[in-house]
Amino acid sequence: MEIELTDSIEVSQTYSKSFLLGLYERMVTCRQFEDRVKLLFLEGTMPGTIHQSQGQEASAVGVCAALNQDDFITSTHRPHAHAIAKGLTTEEMMLELFGKSAGCSKGKGGSMHIGDMSKGMVPAIAIVGGGMPLAAGMALSFKLRQRSQVVACFFGEGATNEGAFHEAVNLAAIWSLPVIFVCENNLYGASTAYSKTTRVPRLSQRAEAYGIRGETVDGNNVVKVYEATRQAAEECRRGEGPVLLELLTYRRVGHSRRDPAHYQDKDEQAFWFGRDPIDLLANGLVSSGDVSEAELRDIDARVAQTIEDAVTVAREAPLPTEADLTTDVFAMELNR
Amino acid sequence: MKHQSIVEALREGIAEEMERDPDVFCIGEDIGVPGGFGGAFTVTLDLEKRFPDRILDTPISELGFIGAAVGAAMMGMRPIADVQYSDFLFLAMDQIANNAAKLRYMSGGTIKVPLVLRAPVGATGRGSQHAQNMERFFIGVPGLKIVAPSNAYDAKGLLKAAVRDDDPVLIFEHKLLYGSKGARAESGTTNASSDVPDEDYVVPLGTASVRREGSDVTVLAWLLMLHESLAAASLVEPGISAEVIDVRSLAPFDWQTIGASIEKTGRVIIVEEGPKTGGVGAELAAGIMERFPDKLIAPVTRVASADIPVPFSPVLENLYRPDRQRIAAAIRDITS
Repeated sequence: MEIELTDSIEVSQTYSKSFLLGLYERMVTCRQFEDRVKLLFLEGTMPGTIHQSQGQEASAVGVCAALNQDDFITSTHRPHAHAIAKGLTTEEMMLELFGKSAGCSKGKGGSMHIGDMSKGMVPAIAIVGGGMPLAAGMALSFKLRQRSQVVACFFGEGATNEGAFHEAVNLAAIWSLPVIFVCENNLYGASTAYSKTTRVPRLSQRAEAYGIRGETVDGNNVVKVYEATRQAAEECRRGEGPVLLELLTYRRVGHSRRDPAHYQDKDEQAFWFGRDPIDLLANGLVSSGDVSEAELRDIDARVAQTIEDAVTVAREAPLPTEADLTTDVFAMELNR
Repeated sequence: MKHQSIVEALREGIAEEMERDPDVFCIGEDIGVPGGFGGAFTVTLDLEKRFPDRILDTPISELGFIGAAVGAAMMGMRPIADVQYSDFLFLAMDQIANNAAKLRYMSGGTIKVPLVLRAPVGATGRGSQHAQNMERFFIGVPGLKIVAPSNAYDAKGLLKAAVRDDDPVLIFEHKLLYGSKGARAESGTTNASSDVPDEDYVVPLGTASVRREGSDVTVLAWLLMLHESLAAASLVEPGISAEVIDVRSLAPFDWQTIGASIEKTGRVIIVEEGPKTGGVGAELAAGIMERFPDKLIAPVTRVASADIPVPFSPVLENLYRPDRQRIAAAIRDITS
């Protein structure tokens, strides 16, 4: 199953300029957010730990662009790009990362649990594979209530060796649930290479074992990701789900915090860095003649300003107080 | 008014809640297979005839279907999930402890998880892995409510309260108290049937109940041990007046009812089926000593099982499980 990994995107006339620039802007927002967060973390003003997604923007943005606003996603310990792609603002996210009470989870979730149910994102589940049974259950609720919503369940290739993957995919399969299982295969589970943990060359092959459709796509080509997800979502809405999508991508940064990723092979890095998802789309847009370099730089600058504003707001926002410590544990307190 | 066993009361309670609210559904293994057994202890027997779309039989897949129940609950459904033996909850521990219990807090109070999870406990001639009293493993997980009914009235009332509650509620039920009939009947059972009103009622979560009034010593117990404790209280009459409290709510504890009794008696014995070390009784004892140090005229005493896996041979199993004689001896000890 050879997958063509091209070093350019041919932008077709199928899509409007504003749609494609929207994809570009969201991917740039993901990248700039992560880069800014990394600086904040290194300067020591941001608490906690971070798992970043530079290099994986096309999978987050391409998938979410194919979803409706009332569709849901589940995410992982590496959730920032997913959140931005699903419509969370960089401000509510930055506030959360700074642990502020105005954050999207009142500072109680943090980086690894970022989410906003009103925007269709479950707080990220940071146990590898842990979000997959949840996604099946969310989809079950859509089926029981006869709604046409779908769930896109993000996970890394490492999660496919968890029992939760097997149980969730199997449940979704026997009940034809509307779940798109989105495997972002960035070739490393923390520091351990895919080839050391998995014998099948393509994870989409595992779909066959569950009697469902699987497909591997160039995860750095945002248009291909969008198209594959749109098709999967349509199948799910028709009751023909679930679908397993494997998106081939690469993490340009370490697993977490200060990991320099010395385990990544140099040639492999060179190959993937040479096909950065943002550059691929930008080059495609410019060579199509419809978009100028200047337009892209304008977007870059606008995004940078938005993120800088978010940082300012987040730095100045009030911290939670002791009164916030024990609230939000129960919906119905038993006063005992 | 009718006289029912715990299984009959639970079955009726589940049916009434499903009738009342279309978001209530049951999910578990072998719970609604025509010609099957209606769950391991017949609680859901024949309910699939009345609710063909809402009694969901799952693969043997505790992590998967309990996680799916959490996911559906998160979206506003009210699943009643059950495992055949509470020992199997270990397989789903991640979904219960990391997801069901924490999603509300991690989301800054925006998510509700109205999940009901039923699980049979108790040593019943099945060796070590279908026998444990699993309550202990969950009382220290913030975000969970836990109840353990000792009679049919409470079983139905607590079930209804649990279904209507917006937080995850675990209901631990005892195999020897069910009153299951036919091929699924247990031997060596204790009669826990009771009068059950025809009209709708709930037993509020978070409440204990004084089952027998007394003035010399407070005996705290739940499930099967409540029945043994009541028998023990009769054995020590007329010399000793023992008050017996059905703890019933294991998270949170009803300190008001427990404290009022201790104020009267000054002596406490905690009776628990399950190893003494790290049990529910340990938390009760510590809580009592923190809250009511001036009321105690004797150190708190525990009657519990040995720190061993549950043995198979009936003679060993009977030695493992506290009984009325051991409880009566403890009562005599503490009052002498």
